[in-house]
Amino acid sequence: MNHRAIRAIYLFEMARTWRTLLQSIVSPVVSTSLYFVVFGAAIGSRISQVEGVSYGTFIVPGLIMLSVLTQSIANASFGIYFPKFTGTIYEILSAPISYFEIVLGYVGAAATKSIILGLIILATAGLFVPLHIHHPVWMLAFLVLTAVTFSLFGFIIGIWADGFEKLQMIPMLVVTPLTFLGGSFYSIDMLPPTWRTVALLNPVVYLISGFRWSFYEIADVSVSVSIGMTAAFLVVCLAIIWWIFRTGYRLKN
Amino acid sequence: MSSIISVANLSKTYGSGFKALKNVNLDIKRGEIFALLGPNGAGKTTLISIICGIANPSEGRVLVGGEDIQTSYRKARSLIGLVPQELHTDAFESVWATVSFSRGLFGKPKNPAHIEKILKDLSLWDKKDNKIITLSGGMKRRVMIAKALSHEPQILFLDEPTAGVDVELRKGMWEVVRTLQQSGVTIILTTHYIEEAEEMADRIGVINKGEIVLVEDKTTLMQKLGKKRLTLHLQGKLGALPDGLAQYELDLCDGGATLVYDYDTKGERTGITSLLSDLRAAGIRFNDLDTTQSSLEDIFVDLVRTS
Repeated sequence: MNHRAIRAIYLFEMARTWRTLLQSIVSPVVSTSLYFVVFGAAIGSRISQVEGVSYGTFIVPGLIMLSVLTQSIANASFGIYFPKFTGTIYEILSAPISYFEIVLGYVGAAATKSIILGLIILATAGLFVPLHIHHPVWMLAFLVLTAVTFSLFGFIIGIWADGFEKLQMIPMLVVTPLTFLGGSFYSIDMLPPTWRTVALLNPVVYLISGFRWSFYEIADVSVSVSIGMTAAFLVVCLAIIWWIFRTGYRLKN
Repeated sequence: MSSIISVANLSKTYGSGFKALKNVNLDIKRGEIFALLGPNGAGKTTLISIICGIANPSEGRVLVGGEDIQTSYRKARSLIGLVPQELHTDAFESVWATVSFSRGLFGKPKNPAHIEKILKDLSLWDKKDNKIITLSGGMKRRVMIAKALSHEPQILFLDEPTAGVDVELRKGMWEVVRTLQQSGVTIILTTHYIEEAEEMADRIGVINKGEIVLVEDKTTLMQKLGKKRLTLHLQGKLGALPDGLAQYELDLCDGGATLVYDYDTKGERTGITSLLSDLRAAGIRFNDLDTTQSSLEDIFVDLVRTS
């Protein structure tokens, strides 16, 4: 294992984060605060409670997940797409490192960044609404699992994309709608039965449900199903990345 | 001298069906400077990319330092430093950070003294804290060389190292390359500048349309394929050539003041003796004569045209 190479890639990617601190950390925090103002205070004041929790408190896990998902994808896809775009990828490909080590460096840094962001948003939320986390260890476990899985997903998008447009396309057209329809701002029990069934096809529902359970012990689906679905998505992403490196897809051809 | 790189039956076909390399066989000797010449699209960069691990081969085998580039890629790649043709650099990193990053990527422990030496050798020391985006093209090129040397490679690939670099800097870079060779590094360079190959290389390979057309010692190559030119400076100007000299295919230049005769040193007869006696018979006298050897460029153009 070439751990010096993993370290070099990881620190290089993290250095990019610190260099662009304003857009990486500050802007998601500002936009989350706006969600609290709009949904929590303005709309939430007209909704009494959801499953025994005040509306403002109810949306906290969903909001964190919303940011963690989008930021994981954005960080990882940009992290690997940018060297492809500038051509500096030649150095990574010609270095004595395995594909696994490359993924570990890039995905590790992308996931670290979104986990830090998730925790900052959690702290920000604490300023607006009272928070009590029933299962902090599970909360962290869900956070890490989600960040890693979606960073892997972002890595795949970054390899696949051959232009900035494509880089934006999947997050804009697929991920954001899935997150909004995944129960960030409501319980899917509030949906009519048909739509509830449709919602269960959305993988994000399981993430948010599990994550919310770790906070308030309320969930749309059972916790084991949540973990199972997230793990399944993780395995699918790993399989695709394995295939990418094995065939050299969009990297070595 | 033993081979440090051994390429056997290497072919590369791109997804589009384009055959970039066709059954290439090539051995690079340890410690030499090898120049790979070829027109645009001949397959130079593809060959280098496969040896360095950037592109996958379709067929064939490459050994670097005796290690297979696919089954033993870690050992093979750690021997190689690559300076690609295009200026691919991170814009916002400092020179020091980007060169140190390269060393880490190749799995070497930190060694600030080594990085300092490289930067000083390449006249980059006073720019070590500058962001790369602020550097000139020539400096960026040197940063890329510094990155390639950061992990103390035994083999250095320079893909068109002096493209777009001014004459003075080019000569400076030749000096760097020579010093590296003296320290035992094997150097493979591709170039468009024939004079560069002529000046630097121990051996020369010519690649055209994905095939290695020729590999030869530079001096042997120039002797073997070299044409010579005899120039006669006439005493008086000639209006036209006498018919008796038509067989020599002479050129009358400078308004009839010089006669130019090209001959092949490989040929059984150069034709010089009979030309001179025929000139005397025709009453044409000359003050002076000189001969020049054709340059590598002429040889190269000939080869590419005929292959």
